[in-house]
This record gives sequence, C-alpha cells and structure tokens, in this order.
Amino acid sequence: MNDDEILGKAYDTRLMKRLIKYLKPYRWHVVLGIFLSVIVSGMEAVRPWFTKYAVDTNIANNDQHGLLITAIAFLGLLVIRGLVQYASAYLTQWIGQKTIFDLRMQVFTHLQNLSIKFYDKNPIGRLITRVTNDVEVLNEMFSSGIVMVFSDVFTIIGILYFMFTMSWELALLSLSVLPLLFYGTFLFRRKAREAYREVRLQVARINTFMQEHITGMMVDQIFNREKKSYNQFSEINAAHRDANIKSIFYYALFYPGVDLIGAIAIGLIIWYSGIDALKGSLTIGTVIAFFQFNEMFWRPIRDLSEKYNIMQTAMASSERLFKLLDDQTLIPNPQTPVLLEKINGDIEFRDVWFAYNDEEWVLKNVSFKINRGETAAFVGHTGAGKTTIINLICRFYEFQKGQIFIDGIDIRSINKKDLRKHMAIVLQDIFLFSGDIKSNINLGNDGISIDRIKASARVVWVNRFIEKLPKQYDEEVKERGATLSVGQKQLISFARALAVHPKILVLDEATSSVDTETEILIQQAIKKLLQGRTSIVIAHRLSTIQRANKIIVMHKGEIREMGTHQELLALEGIYYKLYRLQYKEQEKIIVGNSGK
Amino acid sequence: MKSLLRLLPYLKKYKRTLLWGLLTVVMSNVFTVFQPQIVGNAIDKLKIGIETKNIDGAGILFYAIALVALNLIAGIFTYLTRQTIIVVSRHIEFDLRNDFLKHIQKLSLSYYQNTPTGDLMAHATNDIGSVRNVVGPGIMYPSDTLMTLSMVLVMMFLTNWEITLYALIPMPLVSYAVYKLGKQIHKKFEERQEQFSVLTTRAQENLSGIRIVKAYVREAYEIDRFKKLSWEYLKKNLVLAKIQSILWPLMFLLVGSSLVIIVYVGGLKVIHNEISIGTLTAFFGYLTLLIWPMIAFGWVTNLLQQGAASMGRLMKIMDTEPDIRDTDETNISIKDIQGKIEFRNVSFTHKNTQSPTLKNINLEIPQGTTIAIVGYTGSGKSTIINLIPRLYDVTDGELLIDGINIKKIPLEILRANIGYVQQETFLFSDTLKENISYGVLKEKTIVKEKWNNGVLDDIVKAAEVSQIAKDVKEFPKEYETMLGERGITLSGGQKQRTSIARAVMRNPKILILDDALSAVDTYTEEEILKRLRNVMKNRTSIIISHRISTVKDADMIVVLNNGEIVERGNHEELVALGGIYADLYEKQLLEEELEQL
Repeated sequence: MNDDEILGKAYDTRLMKRLIKYLKPYRWHVVLGIFLSVIVSGMEAVRPWFTKYAVDTNIANNDQHGLLITAIAFLGLLVIRGLVQYASAYLTQWIGQKTIFDLRMQVFTHLQNLSIKFYDKNPIGRLITRVTNDVEVLNEMFSSGIVMVFSDVFTIIGILYFMFTMSWELALLSLSVLPLLFYGTFLFRRKAREAYREVRLQVARINTFMQEHITGMMVDQIFNREKKSYNQFSEINAAHRDANIKSIFYYALFYPGVDLIGAIAIGLIIWYSGIDALKGSLTIGTVIAFFQFNEMFWRPIRDLSEKYNIMQTAMASSERLFKLLDDQTLIPNPQTPVLLEKINGDIEFRDVWFAYNDEEWVLKNVSFKINRGETAAFVGHTGAGKTTIINLICRFYEFQKGQIFIDGIDIRSINKKDLRKHMAIVLQDIFLFSGDIKSNINLGNDGISIDRIKASARVVWVNRFIEKLPKQYDEEVKERGATLSVGQKQLISFARALAVHPKILVLDEATSSVDTETEILIQQAIKKLLQGRTSIVIAHRLSTIQRANKIIVMHKGEIREMGTHQELLALEGIYYKLYRLQYKEQEKIIVGNSGK
Repeated sequence: MKSLLRLLPYLKKYKRTLLWGLLTVVMSNVFTVFQPQIVGNAIDKLKIGIETKNIDGAGILFYAIALVALNLIAGIFTYLTRQTIIVVSRHIEFDLRNDFLKHIQKLSLSYYQNTPTGDLMAHATNDIGSVRNVVGPGIMYPSDTLMTLSMVLVMMFLTNWEITLYALIPMPLVSYAVYKLGKQIHKKFEERQEQFSVLTTRAQENLSGIRIVKAYVREAYEIDRFKKLSWEYLKKNLVLAKIQSILWPLMFLLVGSSLVIIVYVGGLKVIHNEISIGTLTAFFGYLTLLIWPMIAFGWVTNLLQQGAASMGRLMKIMDTEPDIRDTDETNISIKDIQGKIEFRNVSFTHKNTQSPTLKNINLEIPQGTTIAIVGYTGSGKSTIINLIPRLYDVTDGELLIDGINIKKIPLEILRANIGYVQQETFLFSDTLKENISYGVLKEKTIVKEKWNNGVLDDIVKAAEVSQIAKDVKEFPKEYETMLGERGITLSGGQKQRTSIARAVMRNPKILILDDALSAVDTYTEEEILKRLRNVMKNRTSIIISHRISTVKDADMIVVLNNGEIVERGNHEELVALGGIYADLYEKQLLEEELEQL
C-alpha cells in the first residue's frame, strides 16, 4: 500500500518465519480458531440477508407467520453466532497465552545458561524487560494478530460475496467509495503516526526532565534554580501539549470523515436505487440490506490497519528476543567430560593468566597449590585480583592462559555443574531470596532435608536466632532478606554453604561491620565452616587469616608473598603493611583458637 | 469521586471553551438525529415509486444529497467538539503538570529521601494522564451520550412509541453489561497485573542472584520455580480472557436482538399498514445511532472511577506542606550574608529514626576561615553541612549565620550565597557551559551579547580554578559540549571538578565541599586547593574529606565520631593528640606506601 508498509512487511518475513514456529505445537488449535472465525464471519455476512428476506418475502407478502419464523431463525442465528464468537475469541487468547508461555520459558531457561560474562555486559533491568514486556507484546500478535487477520479477511470476503449476489450494481457503488476511504485512512495514518511520534518524543522529554530534576532536586534548590527549571519544564510541557493538540486535529478530522464517506455510500445507493428500481430487479429489502452491509464493511477494514500496528511492535520485540536467544556467551562444557563422583579437594593453579577484556591482565602468572583440607587465605588491596581467583575456580569466567587442577584434573575437562556440585560459595554480597528461611538454606533442593537444614544451622550458631522466630524455619524472608540484619544474613548464608556438604569451600568474607556479639558469633561460625575441607578465603578477618595454613598475598594481579602469619610479618613486606592497615585493630575482638 | 471536585478550578479557567464544546455536542446530535428519518423517507418514496411505476428520481436524489449534507454539518460539529473539549483537556493536563512540578520543587530533602523517584514519576505521568481522561473523554462522551440518547429517543417515540419500547428492552442491558463486565474485567486485570509483577520480581531476583544460582547449581530449580509462576500467570490471563471474550459477542447479541425485535414488531406493523416500510428503515438507523453511546456509557463509568483514584493520589502530594520554607519569622530585609557560621548546641535526628545523627554540636566558624571536617563513614559529616543551606532544619539548638538564626534569613538569599559541592556529583544532561553557570541566574540581568562575552569569561575562570579547563580544551565543542546520554560521559574526577566550577561560579560567601575531591588525583587536588585558597580569600570554606592531604592545611580541623565532635585543632595538634585523626593519618601513609609497591 505504501513504501513504509512494504518496507515493514519485507522486513518481517525473516522474523515471522521464526515466530510462526512457536505456533507449531498448537497448529490444530490455530486451524480450529481460523475455522471458528470463518463461521463467525459467515454468519455476520448473513445478517443483512435476513433483513432483506423479512422485508421482501415476509412483509411484502403480508406473511405474519413467516415473519415470526424469520425472526426466530434470525435470533437463533445471533445466539449461535455469539457462542461461536465467544469460543473463537477464547481459543485465540488460549493460543496466544500458551505460545508466549513457551517463549518466556525458553528465554528464561536460556538466561540461566548464559555465563557471568554475559551478565557483566547486560544490565539486569534490560534482561527483565526481555522476559516480561517483550514477550508480552508478542501475546497480542499470537492471539488477536494471526487468527483475527484471517477472520477480518473472511468477513470482508463474505460480505463481498453476499453483496455481489444480491446486486452487483449496488455492490460496485458501495465499493466505489473505498478508494476515498483508503486514501483518507492512509493520509490519516501517516499524519497520525507523525503526530504520535512527536507526542512520544515529547513524553520522553518530559520523563527525562522529570527524572533528572527529581533526582537533582537538591541541586536545583541549592542553586536557586527552581524558577528557571520550572520555566524550562513548562516549555517542554507546552510542546507536549501542542503535539497532542496537533494529533487531536487529525482524529477530529478522521472520525467524522469516515462517517461522511459512509453517508456518501448510502447516498449513492439511495440515488441509484431511484434510477434503477423500475428497470432492474432491485427490491426495497435489498436496499435496506445494503445499508447494513455498508455499516458492517467498515469495521474489518479499520481493524486491519490496526493489526498492522500490532505487527510492527511485535516485530521490534521479537527482534530483541531473538537477539538474546542467539547470544551464546557461555562457557562450553567439554565434549567428553571427566566424571567427578567424589573429590578429595586438592587445588592447583599453574601459570594462570586472566583478563576480563582483551589484554588488561587482572591475573598475571598466578601459581599456587592448596592441599586437601587446608585453608588458604587470600589478602591484598582492592583490585589485587582476589575475587578473580574465586571467579575462575567456580568457572564463572574462562581464563586465557595456564591451567587449574582439582585433584590433578584440569577443570576444563569437567562439566561445570559437576564441578560446582562439590563446592559451596559464600559471596561477599549476601544474596537472600524471597521465600522462607528453610528454602534459603537448601535453595529449594529437596535432597537437603529439614533435618540437614537444622543441623547446618546448628553448626554455625544461627539456629538460636531462627528458633526464636514465630514460624522458625518457615519464617518468611522478604526480597533480598530486607527484614534480617547483616549478621543474620551472613550466618544463614554459612548454613546454606554447609548444607551441601561441600568438599571445597569458597568464602569471600563480608566487610560490613557488625556488633561485637555478632562478630564473635561469625568468627566461631567461620571456624566451623573451614574445618575439614579445602577452603579458599578472601579474608578480611584477622582471626580467619591466623587460622589459615597458608596466606597468599596478592598485589596488582600477582602473587607477591606466601606463608604463615608469623612468617609474613617477619618479612615486613606487603603483608606487614596490610596487617597494620586493616587487621591490627581487630586484635581486640579476636576469639581465641580454643573457641571461647 | 469526591476528589474530582478538586478539578473545578482548572475547569473554570476554560469555562467558555467548554461551554462552546457542549454546544457543538448538541448541534452535532441535532444534525445526526434526522438522518435515519431521511433514509426512511427515501425508502418510502422508492416504494411508492415501485408500486405506482413512477419513480420521483429528483425527490430521491434530494434525499440522498440531504443525507450527505446533514452528515457533513454534523461532522463539522463533531470536529469542533474534539477541537474544544479534548483540546481543553490537554490544556488542563498542562496546567496540572506544571502545578505538580512547582509544588514538588518546594519539598525538602527529607521528603525525597522517603519517596522513591519512581513513585513521583508515576504520578506525574500515569495519574495526570488518567485525570486528563476524565476531563477529555470523561466530559465529551457522557455529554454526547446523553444528547444522542435523549434526542434519538424523542425521535423514536415520535415516530412510533410502541416499536421504540420493544426495541429498547435489550438496551439498558448493554450499558449494564459493559459496566458490570468492565468492572469484572478491571478486577481480573488487576489480578493479572499483580501476578505479572510477581513474575517480574521473580525474574529480577533470579537475575540479581544469578551467581548464587550458578554456584549452587540451582538452575533447574529456578527454571521450575519460574515456570510455576509463569503458569499461574497464564491461568490468570485465561480467566481474564474468559470474561473479556464475553463482552463483544454479548454486545452483538443484545444489539442484534434489538434489530430482530424491530424487524418483527415493525414488520407486523408494516403488514397491518400502521407504519411504512421507510419508518421501519429509519428504526434500523436509530438503532445504529444508539449502539455507541450505550457502550460508551459503561466504559466512561470505569474511566471516571480510575480518574478519581488518580486525582486522589495527586492531591495527596499537592497537599503535602513543604517543611522548609520562608515563614512569618523570616526577616525579608536581609539582602546579603557575610559568612560567619555558628552551631549552638545543635542536635539533629532524621525523620522516622530514633537515635540522633548529630549530638550537641558547638562550633564557631569565623568569616573568612577554612575548616575541615573528618571522621569515619556514618559519623554525621554530611548531615552537619546539610544544615547550612537548610536542606535539613536542626532538631534542637540553634544555627546562626552572621549571628542571626538561620530560619530568619530568606531561603533564597541564604542559598544564593552558598556554593555547595555535593558528595554525589549531579550534573544535568546539558552543555558544560550550562552546567557550570547553573547557579547564575542570567536571562533577567544579562543581555545575550554580554552573556556570551562576560559570563563565558567567568565560566572559564571558574573552570580554571577547578582544573577542569584543561580537560575542556580536549572536548570537541569545548564549553558547548553536551554531557550525559546525548553527549560525552565524564569521569568521576571530571564530574567533581565540573561541579566545583559550578559552585565557584556563584562567587559564594560560603563554599562547602563534601568529599568533593575524592576522585581527583593528589597532584590536581593540590592545584585546586591552591587556587581555591586564592578565590576564597576572606570567604568561608568548609571541606569534608577522607583524605588527610585535602584537609591538613585548614585553619581548623574538626573530627566527628558518632555525631559528636571529639577532636578539634590544626593538623599538627591533632597528629600529636594520637586520636582518630592520627589513626586516619597513619593509615593514609600506609596506603600510599602500598600503592607504590
């Protein structure tokens, strides 16, 4: 119809083909949906015919009985039509919902498999939009879009059929205004879209301004800018208003315009029937039926152009969705993985190099060994590369050079899930999920029984706190554990780690300060946590460091010192300085190795 | 619904236009309501013509033309209706949004700390939008409906009251069904939305905690959990679909049965020669006219309810009294301040908290001196300086500027004399020039030409003081460079230096730097401080910093701990004291040593 549309359509095919695939499991439902909507369309087209029959056959022949029968049949038709239309409408919704359910699950599942590197690149807010809104937009296309397009097309065909069989002259007359309608609609749509674009632009400007000035409200107030900002806003606001008023103009013109075109069609029918009535076979009933046809004709035509907009937004969303689904930022599992039933927990890094991007090395030639059951404490300044060590051992990132071994097996030949099964990780930023305490400890793993949950909680002393709660292990946890204190959250995350009975424990100690009592509790808990398993700890606590078999000092991506607390202090190097900077004060609140 | 009364003052402003609008509604209906009659007449003429074999072609053509003419005139009035009533609604939306901003500009820091930006945004967009719906469609459709309804009914009754009565039987059902179903749909829709936000929250939580999910190999569980919620959402959608799908078929059925009634009852009357076939046709026309108003009636009811709820929410904000503002106590004869600051037994407690953030602060800052405030995170440093431009008001005690209680100084005068660099630098997405001159109110006092010369010099001077000038030279359009999303992104240090320039540009009597050099390297810091000392000669400066290098040359250093002043003196004195300051100093030295390793 116009360049814009052709462009849009051509652009569609590629995406459309892929979208249609999602309908495949429901193809019979789609067929049924189309079938039902065709029936509805057919019945819709029959309606004026009934009027004609009543007028020409019953009324014209004074047949009262016949009129009653026609009326009842008419009513019956309406009822059946209503029921079928209902079924068809519901069915299309059902198809749409099922399809987007599948699509949503596919997107979500895909997201679960992508690596942490992907999450570094993509803001979470945007990903949420993919899973929620973008999928949602497609609903309309899958439900009303595809089936209803068929329905509209069939309605138009049905009406055309009846019109031409009743009187081809009147049918042509009715159609004669169509070019006018098309042209008018086309003009309107172009103008309205332009106006709408302008409105969207202004809405965006208003939002940006608002957002910025609400966030920076104090700057406005301190710098006495209220009036000026108000004036600026008022200008944008006025532009928004004017853009809207402009679009009102088009709407104000369009609706009466369509009405007028309809009236012209009726006027033409009246005029022609005046000329033709005596010559041809034109009856009063036919004329009346055509009035009704005319009314019915407009709706599907107007609908069709609306569908176009639905399609357009759907294409934009599906483009984004498919881009996400095609993203393959993941660490591949090995072709022939080494099975890892049981491990002892020996860890070795051999000449490991790693960079998050390109050649900005975050780890340089890192080598160390941790024997089973030992605790290694990593210390160093911010940015020294400690967290990266953890990220690599958990296989959150793929390293570029060197090798990492667990029990002498290169971890790249182990399935990620298999590897992680033997480890427990406590991150610095404690993450609790909404749900209850229980499910935050076993993370929904039914293999971890309530007894095991309780046992784990007992080991890290968090049971005393939990058992004081009204619902104990069933107590609700709000989003991000909002109602719990920092200390409680830490202890719960310790219990979580213990519950999986890990062979290797990875602990990134939280730095947030807690009161002395909690601090003592945490220190004791950590002691229990480290007992009897290989542990890698990014330590912020002197107590933890002193307990370590080995302290590894990192500085600017390299291992600079390694040894026990006493050895390193004697060295008077980096560790000595770090000790004085960060740990010395803690001596006051260290719980002795004896426990109390 | 009561909250909608608050719209009256807004409506009053456009009284005349609105009245014109209502008049056009009447007129368009007048010209519409005769159209079915004309069609009916044409049919009758046609029938007589067929029966008498002598068709009055000219007469029929006249009707055809009359129909189009009437429609055209009615259309013009419909056009005018939209151009008046809907346009007014956009004007009122404009007024409302302006008033909204003007109001929230007066609210203080503590309000913003307790109100998420998102909430305010939602009010400014969605709520104002749905209030506009009340003013626009909410006025246009009901008045149109009422007009159409009464006129068409009159015409119908005049034409044939008996058919009218029968034909009308299903009509109230249409309105009722739209209203009832609309309500149900709204309810189910809300439920669906709720589930949608549950789903969104779950996705958000999962994606934020993705490391834990992966580390504990819980992907399958998470997928299952999401699947359940997703399924629940699907079910809620289908419940909604079940009700929603009733609406249109039912509407067609009800309207259709009216048609059937007209065909049957009217048909009998034609057979009995009580009415003509043309009258029957006219009735079909009337029926068509009635459908839309009936649907609109139920729809508008829901619209009004939503609008009322939105208006209620808006009013709650508009009725919030700003807690920091000029009062009767304000001495409006004060036109200037010098910059002597005195805290007398000042305590401050944040809203909604129990323990005070500042306790018994006594501090005198003579005009023209530089004082520094240091202390650990959370010791109350930022709070103490937020009291000076009255972002907060003291809870207890007195804060005096030039010996006058700060509450007596007009807010505008007070703030106009303060150059404040916040801890979290906030720049606007505008040009560098605009950002640096942000606090200089220009358009009133300076003509454009002078603005370009004189003020630009000042901007460059300020930029040199804050050491951003040399960076600016590297930018593509220098001071005309856009910042933010549509322009360049500044580094943390550049942002801080820009906002220092912004503060210096005001020529303030009091300059406050809240940890404003933290992202600037020590060499540049030294340069900035040197220049600031020059500019701030005879003016008062207050500097908060974690870095000893920033504060060591201040006339006096104050150490805050848990909201109390625990140490005060100059650098040497405090180092000798061996307290918190000395500790911070020692650590700083160690950090530097580590950096160099």
